[in-house]
Amino acid sequence: MTAGLNDAAASESSLRQFLHGLPGVDQVGADQRAASLATRSIKTSAKEFAIDLAIRMVDLTTLEGQDTAGKVRALASKAIHPDPADPSCPSVAAVCVYPDMVATAREVLGDRPINVASVATAFPSGRAALDIKLADTTDAVEAGADEIDMVIDRGAFLTGRYQQVYDEIVAVKEACRRADGSRAHLKVIFETGELQTYDNVRRASWLAMLAGADFIKTSTGKVQPAATLPVTMVMLEAVRDFRDAGGAMVGVKPAGGIRTTKDAIKYLVVVNEVAGPDWLDPDWFRFGASTLLNDLLMQRTKLRTGRYSGPDYFTLD
Amino acid sequence: MSRIDVRKTHKLFIGGAFPRSESGHSYPVHDAKGAFVANAALASRKDARDAVAAARKAFGGWAGRTAYNRGQVVYRIAEVMEDRKPQFVDAVTMSEGVGKAVAGRTVDAAIDRLVWYAGWADKYAQVVGGGNPVSGPFFNLSSPEPTGVVAVLAPQGSSLLGLVSVVAPVIVTGNTCVVAASADRPLPAVTVAEVLATSDVPGGVVNILTGSLDRTAPTLASHMDVNAVDLVGLAGDPQTAAALEEAAADNLKRVRRAPAAEPDWTQEPGLDSLTAFTETKTVWHPIGI
Repeated sequence: MTAGLNDAAASESSLRQFLHGLPGVDQVGADQRAASLATRSIKTSAKEFAIDLAIRMVDLTTLEGQDTAGKVRALASKAIHPDPADPSCPSVAAVCVYPDMVATAREVLGDRPINVASVATAFPSGRAALDIKLADTTDAVEAGADEIDMVIDRGAFLTGRYQQVYDEIVAVKEACRRADGSRAHLKVIFETGELQTYDNVRRASWLAMLAGADFIKTSTGKVQPAATLPVTMVMLEAVRDFRDAGGAMVGVKPAGGIRTTKDAIKYLVVVNEVAGPDWLDPDWFRFGASTLLNDLLMQRTKLRTGRYSGPDYFTLD
Repeated sequence: MSRIDVRKTHKLFIGGAFPRSESGHSYPVHDAKGAFVANAALASRKDARDAVAAARKAFGGWAGRTAYNRGQVVYRIAEVMEDRKPQFVDAVTMSEGVGKAVAGRTVDAAIDRLVWYAGWADKYAQVVGGGNPVSGPFFNLSSPEPTGVVAVLAPQGSSLLGLVSVVAPVIVTGNTCVVAASADRPLPAVTVAEVLATSDVPGGVVNILTGSLDRTAPTLASHMDVNAVDLVGLAGDPQTAAALEEAAADNLKRVRRAPAAEPDWTQEPGLDSLTAFTETKTVWHPIGI
């Protein structure tokens, strides 16, 4: 990180000054730009490429109170072979579960290059004391999680206590460290549906990146609206600008509400146009989704066989 | 000065709404004498796909209703059609080139056909199902269940009576359907769509596509989420029918084959039309001691 960015995080007042000094987002303009990018027509070989890329970018997620070990095992098997009838179908990027299910998922995935992501820090509300959030994180990391999806304290953020949010991210990142010195990747969830404005989304993005997030993620999936195209675009602008300003390259993960191949392709177009082709990679862009995968598989089958497929031919979750 | 005509461009009927074709295409519709009447939407294969998705979504709720309630809903379609009789008479006169009197009788027959099927809704199961005598301490019961999403290629000639005669038995037994209307005579089907939208039929139970069968029929026949296909609209075209039967075989769709010539729709149908798209479920239940 350059000196300028380091200075920004030096004290509470410099942090506030920096975040409020960021240029505001033109809301109408952002909505319009996202909408116009969404009209691109992606067909034939480009569509084939986009579908396979999108499958590789999926964080196959189950975050329900009713999750059982059986369901997580089924989900992990699906992550390995999303379409058992077609060996050429790529695996997904990761399986995303609650901390107590991390070991179960890892057991099925074995040493395959599919990550286990775990939500932590009193997901989804983030309303708990810091030591509980840290214990939650350590728990998940010890169980074998490769990625930690933490939620920020939206209450603190909206009140303007940026330093507190910053310190929490730094502390959780420290808790991501494993015994052998390596570190689980940290994704920071903003819950953009609760941040009210695009200006806040931009500030939260910079705040998280300054604090050392490896990924920034839109939503938990528990609040409506979840991920939207303009919000993701604002975040992609932030990661692009952060790298240009001398910061590290940070990934983006929209989550919740992306259910169709058409939607997913719109996001990929925005990634390419706003952040650039560097981000068109599962290491730097992910979809947090569960139902999306089946639609991707159905479209993939349609492209290969020429006939529309149906949900009967794919597993339910 | 005479009033300027309102030129219509009709739309599709998918999931209870009236969208334009996703392709944006429409085609001119002519009356029996060749004069321009209106534009109709030219459905594309993506419209067919959307219609299948809508029909699938509606299936659970529709199949789950009581047979009695489905009968009431179909009867309600007849009621609303009765109210719109003059509009249907005009549409049939224009499309089929018949006189007002013949058209009037056709519309009456179509409405009566709906009432006939509505009456059968909660009765046909007793005729085609029931208890089976078995040699063992079991109750053995058979009952007809809906097949699922049915693609109906409606008759090309009889644009109203034929349409009603193939759609009513499909929905009264609990299926949902995607109907490809007569390509040259789509206007009665468009009016039927307006009736369905204002009666009690849940959105998606009947979806109506207008336009050339070349565009929609192969998509519907090969679609893996369609459970059955009625090829009656291809009467007299055995080659196309055979190709579609082949496409339908991919997921073992139930196929109602195309007849050599269009049937006489004025004849009272038998129960075969009701059972064409049902599956017989049989359960064995032990008799208690």
